[in-house]
Amino acid sequence: MRFSRQRGAPQASSDMTPMIDMTFQLIAFFMVLVNFSEGDRNERIRLPLSELAKPPEAPLKTPITLHLTEQGSVIFGPDEVSIPGVERLLSREREFLKARGQDFRTATVIIRGDRAAKTGQVQELIRTCQKVGFEKFVLRARQEAASLGLVTGGT
Amino acid sequence: MRIRHVQRSQQGIELQMTPMIDIVFQLLVFFVMTFKIAAPEGDFNIRMPLVAPSEGIPEPEALPPITIKLTALSNGQLEGITFGTRRVKNFAELRQRIIEMLGPDPGPSVLESTEVELDCDYQLRYEYVIETITAISGYVDKESGQIIKLVEKIKFAPLRAG
Repeated sequence: MRFSRQRGAPQASSDMTPMIDMTFQLIAFFMVLVNFSEGDRNERIRLPLSELAKPPEAPLKTPITLHLTEQGSVIFGPDEVSIPGVERLLSREREFLKARGQDFRTATVIIRGDRAAKTGQVQELIRTCQKVGFEKFVLRARQEAASLGLVTGGT
Repeated sequence: MRIRHVQRSQQGIELQMTPMIDIVFQLLVFFVMTFKIAAPEGDFNIRMPLVAPSEGIPEPEALPPITIKLTALSNGQLEGITFGTRRVKNFAELRQRIIEMLGPDPGPSVLESTEVELDCDYQLRYEYVIETITAISGYVDKESGQIIKLVEKIKFAPLRAG
């Protein structure tokens, strides 16, 4: 009696090409959209909205980002200090820029203030920066969802 | 006698797809997990007077800045807007006043020489300042979608308690 062992268990072969194509397309999509320049962002800060807030065409020269929270504290790098405490941190930054041979007066202080922060605190922060010697300031705002044509989250 | 290994020489090289698919899926998962939709951000330049009074003779052509006063309630909500000496109802009207003041088709010299000073109560919520700056610094043309610039020189008045 002959046994046909191979006949009952045929090898199922599937075409992997479309799946690999799609997977590579997805990877390419996410790679293009991934944003590694979020070091100057902070989740605690809910920026005010503005329809005119467009990303700058050229990156700012020597940016220094200060986050002003709703409670009135300032986040600069890993440190969170009160507004007068910024003076010490910025003095250190100024010395660092000097040591690198850069003119600290050309540095731009980016103020990322929470929308619920007090305007007086923003002005105090600017005044503190001026004491250290910084002169150029920009106020950062988030582009309004209506002008983007989409709805985004609340942060 | 049966010849057993007839097919051996005709077999193609079989590629091992499993490791590649493993890695590709791991990459995909990494990018999916780290993906985050972030709205673009933009900056508004502000010109702040130095703490010490500026030295030298002031420019004769320099016009005094137009003051926009923003008053706030105790909870930080906007109470009123005053453009110069006139009270305006909202930011749309404020923008309209700015457009009227600059006149039709203002040239670059007009835009450069016009300066606005924001005089705000201490406790005013910061978002109203940005709304004011948005109203006076330009608007988006509905037909072309381009930004029409208005006042470029904006500064804060000296700090005062609310």
